[in-house]
Amino acid sequence: MTWDWSAVGDFMPHFWDGLLVTLQALALGSLISFALGLVWALLMRTPTRWVRWPIGVVTEFIRNTPLLVQLFFLFYVLPEWNITFSALTTGVVAIGLHYSTYTMQVYRAGIEGVPPGQWEAATALSLPVRRTWTAVILPQAIRRVVPALGNYVISMLKDTPLLMAITVLDMLGEARLYSQQHFQFTEPLTVIGVAFILISYPASLLMRALERRLVR
Amino acid sequence: MSADTPLMKDPDAHANPPVDGAELIRFDKVTKRFGSNTVLDGLDFRVDSGKHVTLIGPSGSGKTTILRLLMTLAKPDEGTITVAGDRLFPADEKQIREVRKKIGMVFQQFNLFPNMSVLRNITEAPVTVLGLSKDEAEARARELLDLVGLADKCDERPSRLSGGQQQRVAIARALAMRPQVLLLDEVTSALDPELVAGVLDVLRDIAHTTDITMLCVTHEMNFARDISDQVLMFDSGRVIEAGSPEKIFSDPEHDRTREFLSAVL
Repeated sequence: MTWDWSAVGDFMPHFWDGLLVTLQALALGSLISFALGLVWALLMRTPTRWVRWPIGVVTEFIRNTPLLVQLFFLFYVLPEWNITFSALTTGVVAIGLHYSTYTMQVYRAGIEGVPPGQWEAATALSLPVRRTWTAVILPQAIRRVVPALGNYVISMLKDTPLLMAITVLDMLGEARLYSQQHFQFTEPLTVIGVAFILISYPASLLMRALERRLVR
Repeated sequence: MSADTPLMKDPDAHANPPVDGAELIRFDKVTKRFGSNTVLDGLDFRVDSGKHVTLIGPSGSGKTTILRLLMTLAKPDEGTITVAGDRLFPADEKQIREVRKKIGMVFQQFNLFPNMSVLRNITEAPVTVLGLSKDEAEARARELLDLVGLADKCDERPSRLSGGQQQRVAIARALAMRPQVLLLDEVTSALDPELVAGVLDVLRDIAHTTDITMLCVTHEMNFARDISDQVLMFDSGRVIEAGSPEKIFSDPEHDRTREFLSAVL
């Protein structure tokens, strides 16, 4: 095995394309999982069983089936019902949906971690329920869960290569394409491996720092 | 008390301000159980407007439960609760919301909102619930902070204050809603001993200079003696003795009262 710097140079334009796609998928997937997870967590607190029960079943199902299977399902099965999205859109939705079933647990813990006295003080001041959530409970809950959400972003980053399976040209997709065209596997795969660690390790350090600052 | 003090009841805030001395709070045959434990057992009691009533008795005797029922933090199992002539229990949600605005509460653990400044803690409810403008609410909050001796702490976070200061902010926050009744639930129990006096001084000041009705649960017998018009001795979910503080503290009739007082005094 020889290391070929010129292959690295040739691959780099493809790498930047792939990095852009990976980061897009990560950013949009994160936003979906943050928003949807909060929606699930709040709906799971409604008093009506007819809301909690279906959401519990669906999110449990999504959490306990592999992301790869979900990706294939959304990409290959939905079009049979004439629902078609681009590969990247499908991937973003699948990652966001999958991880929302984890972030909902994070939010739940964050919400339950707000002391009951906060609810009681809000009641004693006659704050309406909606205002209690938006001004008192959620700001405190979300502050607590930022580090945990950040850790899921890092997990999501490491799951983005799965999008390759539905033809998205993320970093791994680009590396594989380059490798197959030029029969040089070492350089592109090494480059993206280094890229992953250059993103995820500082990110995990950042999360640890946030955790020290935000979680008291 | 002059008309421009912050504690003066806002004539627009309540449609029917109670006449001083008229019945303000009434419990009729109120029973509250937690599981198999009956905390209040067919309790009857009333508090007149403007009075300062202290509930004393051993822990677990249901004193705090009374405050929590009034604040609608818990619901009785039986009986009726009336505040200023309006039913608080049983009542529909809308009615409960209206009656609840007449009541304020200060908690043992302060329960300030840690995500808000001291000033916002106090203005939040007047703005969102009473519909005050931000300026009006802030002016009211600053007056109240001045009253509790914390005018310079407006912009601090609650976590930067001592327990005693937090509790004084909590008192200001409750008063900002201009309640007719102020419930005080062991408000000095969580404080370091040297911080108790500051909080009690503020409450004494409020008791002596306003016409707000106070209902307090406390283990500070000197404070109870100092501010109360009436002391109610509780045991096992019932009032076993009621009277003026002079009477209860110097010449109690009931053996249980005597035992309790000799244990705590």
